Amino acid sequence: MLLDSLINLVPELNKAFLETLYMVAISLSVAIIAGLPLGILLFVTDRGLFLENTTVKSILGFVVNMIRSIPFVILLVGLLPLTKLITGTTIGPTAASVSLSVAATPFFARIVETSLREIDKGVIEAAVAVGATPWMIIKDVLLPEARPGIVHGITITTISLVGYSAMAGIVGGGGIGDLAIRFGYYRYDNTVMITTIVILICLVQMIQFAGDRIARLVDKR
Amino acid sequence: MIEVRNLVKIYSSKKNKVIGVDNVSLTIKNGEIFGIVGYSGAGKSTLLRCLNLLERPTSGQVIIDGVDLTTLNKKELRQARLKIGMIFQNFHLVSSKTVFENVAFALKAAKKSKEEIEKRVNELLEMVGLTDKRDAYPSQLSGGQKQRVGIARALANEPTVLLCDEATSALDPSTTKSILALLKKINRELGITIVLITHEMEVVKDICDRIAVMQNGKVIELGTVYDIFTNPKEELTKSFIHSVLQFELPDHLLKKRTGTIIKIQFKGEMAEEAVVSDMLQTFKVKGNILHGKIEYIQDMPLGIFIMELTGEPDEVQRAIDYISARTNGLEVIASAA
Repeated sequence: MLLDSLINLVPELNKAFLETLYMVAISLSVAIIAGLPLGILLFVTDRGLFLENTTVKSILGFVVNMIRSIPFVILLVGLLPLTKLITGTTIGPTAASVSLSVAATPFFARIVETSLREIDKGVIEAAVAVGATPWMIIKDVLLPEARPGIVHGITITTISLVGYSAMAGIVGGGGIGDLAIRFGYYRYDNTVMITTIVILICLVQMIQFAGDRIARLVDKR
Repeated sequence: MIEVRNLVKIYSSKKNKVIGVDNVSLTIKNGEIFGIVGYSGAGKSTLLRCLNLLERPTSGQVIIDGVDLTTLNKKELRQARLKIGMIFQNFHLVSSKTVFENVAFALKAAKKSKEEIEKRVNELLEMVGLTDKRDAYPSQLSGGQKQRVGIARALANEPTVLLCDEATSALDPSTTKSILALLKKINRELGITIVLITHEMEVVKDICDRIAVMQNGKVIELGTVYDIFTNPKEELTKSFIHSVLQFELPDHLLKKRTGTIIKIQFKGEMAEEAVVSDMLQTFKVKGNILHGKIEYIQDMPLGIFIMELTGEPDEVQRAIDYISARTNGLEVIASAA
């Protein structure tokens, strides 16, 4: 009986799992591509650093805080016009990826900023004293020194995205979380509920494990 | 040549102003080792950091080899910094890069080609004696080795000036000695002007040609190391020198003595003359040396002796006058009981 319902569930689960991976992959890529430069910019424009610029710093800081203060469910709905503009549709995993990307980018940017802040200021100063250009300092000092922290940041962002993607069901985004709510919660189907939870737990554990391993590999200190 | 003119650095926050450097003017000659001494908070570190504009002076000029750094734009300043090496108390190496990569970074900043970088880094590592640590990471090195990497990085682009920010303060005494020897070698062989700040008078005594003593942001005394050591004028300078040339006798020893205790200071050539033995032969006094030391500062001797003289008071007085006339300083610590 239990096995039967599980077997029946396999196609649904498979589809949901792939949808989750799809949404997380897209939004994580956007978060890294946009969030990394944003995080670096937040850091280097700070007071006393080599690209000090109070105006840029406060504008970026304000925007990042603004997006981060909006609950994701509201962001998901509120960004529907933007989603329509970019993807041409407001339903499905691709549509949900837009809001996920918008939410993940400032989140990741702050993590990048924090890991850069951990770097000994003296090391940056030594690079300035040597006569290096800002770009060289970013590429050859900041990024290598913050690499383990940034990898941890990617891990945290990925796990958060897995969680956020559960809400994507609201716009018909699909994914494992959505499956859990539709079958497990609305239909009182405990088998689905427990199976999805087990899958999510395994997924998150795997992401964390892989993230930790990679962080250790890139840590040369 | 480094010229500092009317340099002022004020740190102002909303509530108060702190003066870091208070109207300092000084000239550092080509090829000399110039020390800046003072307690922490005296402004010596700020002054040093103004020399390559890590700190931008509030007012005043910093002229290195004829170029006023305060007038340069960002790009020109980067070019100028290639020729001003700097080493730090805590080394400030990039921990995720190997020794080779750390040194190569400075050459990359000067836009050198891969081949040039490879060749020059190997040269530099040989000079600082770290050829075998080429591929090690900073965490695998000792403090002295890290500072050597710092020195190699600072010298990469053949600078004319090397700034040392408490470069030996984090090192143990024997490592300090070897780093100082290396700095001296660099100064002699490459003719690089070295400006160092320190609170350790031993360092100054070992390698500096001239020193400036700083207090509350001002230079209160400036001169050759030998002059400052043999004839300090300010109280602060005296207390600094005291830390190197300690000549205190234990109290119980002083109490037991019955004769006149004098402290004699010999400078230069006189330290090598037999003034004391002449005195003992000329006058009817007995001399007993309680403490003595000859320090060599910049290879010039500075001798200090503490003696007890016993005999007829008149003879003792005449002996004291005799020595007084022939030495640089005589101080009666305790008269005959």
